[in-house]
Amino acid sequence: MTEASGDLWRRLAPRVLAALVRRYRDFDAAEDAAQEALLAAARQWPEEGVPEDPGAWLIRVASRRLVDGIRSDRARARREETAARLEYPPEPGPAGDDTLTLLLLCCHPALPEPSQVALTLRAVGGLGTAQIARAFLVPEATMAQRISRAKQRIRAAGAHFDPPPPDELPDRLRTVLHVLYLIFNEGYTASDGADLHRVELAAEAIRLTRAVHAARPDDGEVSGLLALMLLTDARRPARTGAGGDLVPLAEQDRTRWDRAAIDEGTELITTTLSRAPIGAYQIQAAIAAVHAEAATAAETDWPQILGLYTLLARLAPNPVVTLNRAVAAAMVHGPAVGLALLDGLADDPRMARHHRLPAVRAHLAELAGDRDAARADYLLAARLSTSLPEQRYLNARADRLRPPAG
Amino acid sequence: MKYLVLIYANAQSWGHPIFLRTAAGQALSEDRRAALAADLDALLTEINDSGELVSGAALADPATARTVRSADGGPLATDGPYGESKEQLAGFFLVDCATRERAEEIAGRFPEARYGGAVELRPVMDLGGEEM
Repeated sequence: MTEASGDLWRRLAPRVLAALVRRYRDFDAAEDAAQEALLAAARQWPEEGVPEDPGAWLIRVASRRLVDGIRSDRARARREETAARLEYPPEPGPAGDDTLTLLLLCCHPALPEPSQVALTLRAVGGLGTAQIARAFLVPEATMAQRISRAKQRIRAAGAHFDPPPPDELPDRLRTVLHVLYLIFNEGYTASDGADLHRVELAAEAIRLTRAVHAARPDDGEVSGLLALMLLTDARRPARTGAGGDLVPLAEQDRTRWDRAAIDEGTELITTTLSRAPIGAYQIQAAIAAVHAEAATAAETDWPQILGLYTLLARLAPNPVVTLNRAVAAAMVHGPAVGLALLDGLADDPRMARHHRLPAVRAHLAELAGDRDAARADYLLAARLSTSLPEQRYLNARADRLRPPAG
Repeated sequence: MKYLVLIYANAQSWGHPIFLRTAAGQALSEDRRAALAADLDALLTEINDSGELVSGAALADPATARTVRSADGGPLATDGPYGESKEQLAGFFLVDCATRERAEEIAGRFPEARYGGAVELRPVMDLGGEEM
């Protein structure tokens, strides 16, 4: 299988599925049939060559499977019913709209997040169940159950392949963006090498977000999310060191950042900010762009970052934003100001047992020269962390601050 | 997020489901015991069907355990489990849940959480890490 033909049939996946669902209505059966057609393409195209119209080929094969399934169901039910609509394969619709409509269906609010993620990757991303299972480190049977249950729930919720009513659309679109962001993060936080299947999730999230952006080019938050992904992913080559160790932003080799991704993301967020209503993804993208334009960590425009976090804290307040704002405030006004901002979080139940509060407190205490407090908080953060690379990083910071023996 | 669900019980004899072998489980009426066992089956079916159950196993009697330590002379195995406690590990499940609240809900529905034991929930370390 060549990479190019793999990309081709995956890119066609939403159009094939959309054409089937539009004609036959049954999302569950159509999704299975589309997946089987993709598998048939994976087997046949590398040997026999890519057909002249690959989309029509996939729709024809998928359609045949689906119709065969419907016919045998009807035979079992002993119904003497023939339907002319079963005889001709459906026509593909416009690509961009289909992808978005499918995403809205796969990210249906009746589904828990892990199911939204899995169904999106299979039905819209065209990934096989085995690939998705490997990326999330679960057995294939577990992932197959998750996908099958998700499709049952969509059916039970009475959802159809139609765009949601206009009054629901903004919220539903936010859910789609959140799911794409989750997929991106799964891939982005994976360490390279050992975790290749997870790393591909970041590229997949960017590909799907591009498709949403193509369908909704004037939506500022869609553009903001795409820019945020591009600007964050640009740092990937520099964010891990030997053995998958995390390299903090301040210590990354910035010559290894992906300039093309930074240029595209910066251009996108700059034009978006000038014409769309402001939103949380746009502000986060703007912050990433400010980091990206600094040739060295020392040249970072911290006052601008502090301003952006202050704006974000007003627009979408949450404890993680407060943490980041405290770091920016420390860089502008000194660590004492940052530490004072953290005091308010100590009693926040959302931060109890969360490693990020002591991790930031440790960092600011270290900046303030308080080695004992920094070390104690790094060790506490390491104990609370449930990520192996983060825990290694935090323990290493603590060990550097160990008082000299004797 | 993945969690290991550890089922501990203070069992008078050994068998599965283990809560039926505890003093508290033995004291229940026959109907109640059957109902709880059916609830447990329903729970396992539910987390299997939802795609939350990753794996799991029921364990043999701790009396069959061997604990291995090694020193200069090589490995040395002794009879019996590592922990001295009356509450022994009877089985485990690896679950992958949307939230910690959901994992706690699942843990709380094992009969051992109420009768003759306890259910421990341990987060599994993630291989990925956020940028610092």
